[in-house]
Amino acid sequence: MNAQRIGVRALQQVVRPNAFSQNIPRLMLASLQTRGAATVKVTPSEAQTILASQRLQRPVSPHLSAYDFKQTWFSASVWTRITGGGMTTALYVFSISYLAAPLTGWHLESATLATAAASLPFAAKAGLKLLVTWPFMFHLFNGTRHLVWDLAKGYKRPVIHAGNIAVWSGSLLSALGIACFL
Amino acid sequence: MAALRSTSSRLFAAASRSSAGPSMFVRSMASVGEATVNADPKSSSSARNKTFQIYRWNPELPNEKPKMQAYTLDLNKTGPMVLDALVRIKNEVDPTLTFRRSCREGICGSCAMNINGQNTLACLCRIPTDTNELKIYPLPHTYVVKDLVPDLTHFYKQYKSIKPYLQRDTPAPDGREYRQSKADRKKLDGLYECILCACCSTSCPSYWWNSEEYLGPAILLQSYRWIIDSRDERTEARKAALDNSMSLYRCHTILNCTRTCPKGLNPGLAIGEIKKEMAF
Repeated sequence: MNAQRIGVRALQQVVRPNAFSQNIPRLMLASLQTRGAATVKVTPSEAQTILASQRLQRPVSPHLSAYDFKQTWFSASVWTRITGGGMTTALYVFSISYLAAPLTGWHLESATLATAAASLPFAAKAGLKLLVTWPFMFHLFNGTRHLVWDLAKGYKRPVIHAGNIAVWSGSLLSALGIACFL
Repeated sequence: MAALRSTSSRLFAAASRSSAGPSMFVRSMASVGEATVNADPKSSSSARNKTFQIYRWNPELPNEKPKMQAYTLDLNKTGPMVLDALVRIKNEVDPTLTFRRSCREGICGSCAMNINGQNTLACLCRIPTDTNELKIYPLPHTYVVKDLVPDLTHFYKQYKSIKPYLQRDTPAPDGREYRQSKADRKKLDGLYECILCACCSTSCPSYWWNSEEYLGPAILLQSYRWIIDSRDERTEARKAALDNSMSLYRCHTILNCTRTCPKGLNPGLAIGEIKKEMAF
């Protein structure tokens, strides 16, 4: 063991060049390697102006187009707003046209609408009802989920994932059930 | 193997590595990296090419639009993480590629970027072994300084605005240090680990549209860290500062923040806790 170590030291000393020959190439490099990009001395106020002009030109990095669309579009939160907004709009449009019906001669009474829809095939009736039932069920389920979140519960990653699947499949299935059988 | 690991074989390992086949492979000193690649004959025979699509923008040519540039690397010669690939591209392919990096172990937060649609730290993100293209963007909806370097000035200003330090008037009872029960200390777990890499804030659509006034998940997590600190005496002032329509309540529980945090923290929960504290 010791004998080997002595051998290694001896070998290293042979291989190691002396200080003089080691420094010459480094000195030469120092004179040869000049930096192409020269720095310019500026006052702090000039630097601020340069920075401000640079900031004006900076692009905004891609966001909606770059981010995982499953997270931004199907993580449910935005759909609560879309369904809520859609239902509100529908309510306002129907209510206002119902108010205006006597003046314009439209027939929007329940009985008239029911007889108009009665002659439609089953698939069309279910499809029309689905347009109302799915937003309602989704908004109901996800709204409940938001209430639970407001109690600072259900924030673990697996729970969030399971909740997403539950809200989407639950709202679709229940909406289909109501549309077809009710 | 015991015999192979003896000092004498270590001495000659470096010399014999080039000539010896994989069966003769011996562990040598520090240069294990290249040796392990040669140890597997399969990997050295067939190249596993992967293409990296990287966002480029040069501030010296501000009229040119940002573009995606493709670089193809052999994964057999590249380290396992995305940062390894970026460093290799910069060293061997294109020295003009610009990105921030420092610790390469997920503690500095410099290399935060958007990789395949999700914000993460390049040093903690493995390169997927499939042959699909890997897309790398800077953090979403930030001003780009150059290539993958975002301007985080506003983010840091927002951090400063929540006064991220202990505020206290009463001196310590024993005159030495502010003590805390084990239970109170435990409340800070999952909060103090945040490295402010801005992955969560820049993953939040609400922060994209309202970053001027909404503080964003990272800063709110830090805010909560000081609100629940038992030693801090400005809890009410801290809560009052958040009590407006923008600072806190632009959070709509989208939870991209919790999904994306490369440190496994839960900014969404921290915001939920603040909202609960403000309400009750």
